[in-house]
Amino acid sequence: MHPCPAHTHALHSTVTETPVITTTGLTKVYRSRGREVTALDGVDLHVREGEVYGVIGQSGAGKSSLIRCVNLLERPTSGTVTVAGQDLTALAGRGPRAGRELRKARSRIGMVFQHFNLLSSRTVQDNVELPLEILGVSGKERSRKALELLDLVGLSDKAKVYPAQLSGGQKQRVGIARALAGDPKVLLSDEATSALDPETTRSILQLLRDLNRQLGLTVLLITHEMDVVKTICDSAALMENGRIVESGTVSELLATPGSELASALFPVSGDATGDDRTVIDVTFHGEAATQPVISQLARTYNIDISILGAAMDTVAGKQVGRMRIELPGRYEENVVPIGFLREQGLQIDVQGQEPVLVKEGAK
Amino acid sequence: MTWSEMQPLLSQACWDTLYMVGWSTLIAIVGGLPLGVLLVLTDRGGLLQNVVANKVIGQVVNIARSMPFIILMVALMSFTRTITGTTIGREAAIVPLAIGAIPFFARLVETAVREVDGGLVEAVQSMGGNTWTVVRKVLVPESLPSLISSATTTIVALIGYSAMAGTVGAGGLGDIAIRYGYQRFETGLMWITVAVLAVVIAIIQFAGDYAARGLHRRGGHSGAVPKLRLLKAKAPAAEVATAETGKVS
Repeated sequence: MHPCPAHTHALHSTVTETPVITTTGLTKVYRSRGREVTALDGVDLHVREGEVYGVIGQSGAGKSSLIRCVNLLERPTSGTVTVAGQDLTALAGRGPRAGRELRKARSRIGMVFQHFNLLSSRTVQDNVELPLEILGVSGKERSRKALELLDLVGLSDKAKVYPAQLSGGQKQRVGIARALAGDPKVLLSDEATSALDPETTRSILQLLRDLNRQLGLTVLLITHEMDVVKTICDSAALMENGRIVESGTVSELLATPGSELASALFPVSGDATGDDRTVIDVTFHGEAATQPVISQLARTYNIDISILGAAMDTVAGKQVGRMRIELPGRYEENVVPIGFLREQGLQIDVQGQEPVLVKEGAK
Repeated sequence: MTWSEMQPLLSQACWDTLYMVGWSTLIAIVGGLPLGVLLVLTDRGGLLQNVVANKVIGQVVNIARSMPFIILMVALMSFTRTITGTTIGREAAIVPLAIGAIPFFARLVETAVREVDGGLVEAVQSMGGNTWTVVRKVLVPESLPSLISSATTTIVALIGYSAMAGTVGAGGLGDIAIRYGYQRFETGLMWITVAVLAVVIAIIQFAGDYAARGLHRRGGHSGAVPKLRLLKAKAPAAEVATAETGKVS
């Protein structure tokens, strides 16, 4: 299923600290028949160069408005959008129409859509050539570039067919090839995998990941599927009611006590097996955890530990994730072992006790 | 009346009808296509949203379209004379035929263009395309099968109108039917005229359907794309609440 056999060697993430997409105080209010709906309520987003950034939220949380404000398909009511150092909100356009400067800026931002949005009247190759036609590229150069991109997404044999003859996954590959035609630095993905089955979703995400690594492409994606974030995102933000309630890199999120995103990305469950048991959640967030702490704990204090549930991943040789373990005895009896774990730099949440830092009402 | 008498009459009338219908169709397409596209673009939520312009164009189109053709023809007589110098003959008939057909075709174009998926418009905008690009690369090519069907409907309607034009001296098959069939009781010629008209209409309809279906089949329509969305994308459509599955409380 690997789309690019030429690049099977290990590729490393190329995230730098340079911000590529920055929004500040982004607000979007829709007015219709005297009613006002606030879709975005002061959104500050910082996407660094070379990362895959996922914005997750439920229907109506404002994700779609947010991604459309980034290339100004929707003009924000207030706030600024900066992409690759250029303040797009400063570029004029008469009402909903975009001026020349803004259109030029848009051509350097690729976008893929949930429903692919391919022109049914054009062949696959002609679809990929469309952005190049808009850029005024000559015919020969257009077809060279289009075939190269189709090769990149693994569809070089489908150049002459019409979109109607393709499967959903293939259509999205064409959509991605088309989005890359203008050599964008940034790719916006609007629920690109939401219309696809799980298997196809995986292969499309893999493709996006490969493009991110190979081309140093920054990807901003919105989704309602936690799996998407889990599979490819370096950073994530959770949106609720037009606001970003949590954001950061995956390990930053894990390090945040009570983070909803972290518990959704690394879900653990399991209940105490008896009354005189202490259940604790141990969070490993990259920086701290390189020691086999659980077995150290068992040996040092001579206690039996049961693992009730765990969601772990190894990122760059470090363990990242959460684990729910059970210690014999009540909380009062386990203060010392818990202190030991905290000393190791792990984050500990004791179940049944009210952790001080957990946000209330967020769930 | 013998066939040798009828034959030159019929072939001349046939030619006149085709001449009138051909030119007025051409003018109707040239005038009606931009008008129909404009009706969509200026509508609320359109790329060139302009409610006043939309209302004005819409009203003019509605009035012109609901006017009985025979009245329009008479009402336009002085206008026809300014343009062609006469109100009699096939050239003169083209003027009211074209003016009657422009709003007719424009409405059909409007319906066809409205069917184009708004997501395609959004995609072209995201590539940096302007409104003209959207019209040229998306709205017209994507609605082409429907536009061809609309043109076919317009041609058939124009053949009907042209028969009415025959009553005021435009010539053509309608003129034959009135003068020989109605005024002279030449039933034979009458029925032959009817048969010729039926054949002409059948050929046009068949050719139009064939062209439209051919284009439609070639492109097909990309599966899951929902039809009938407005030009500007509204709130996200198909978000299932699966976002909740990951969130444990």
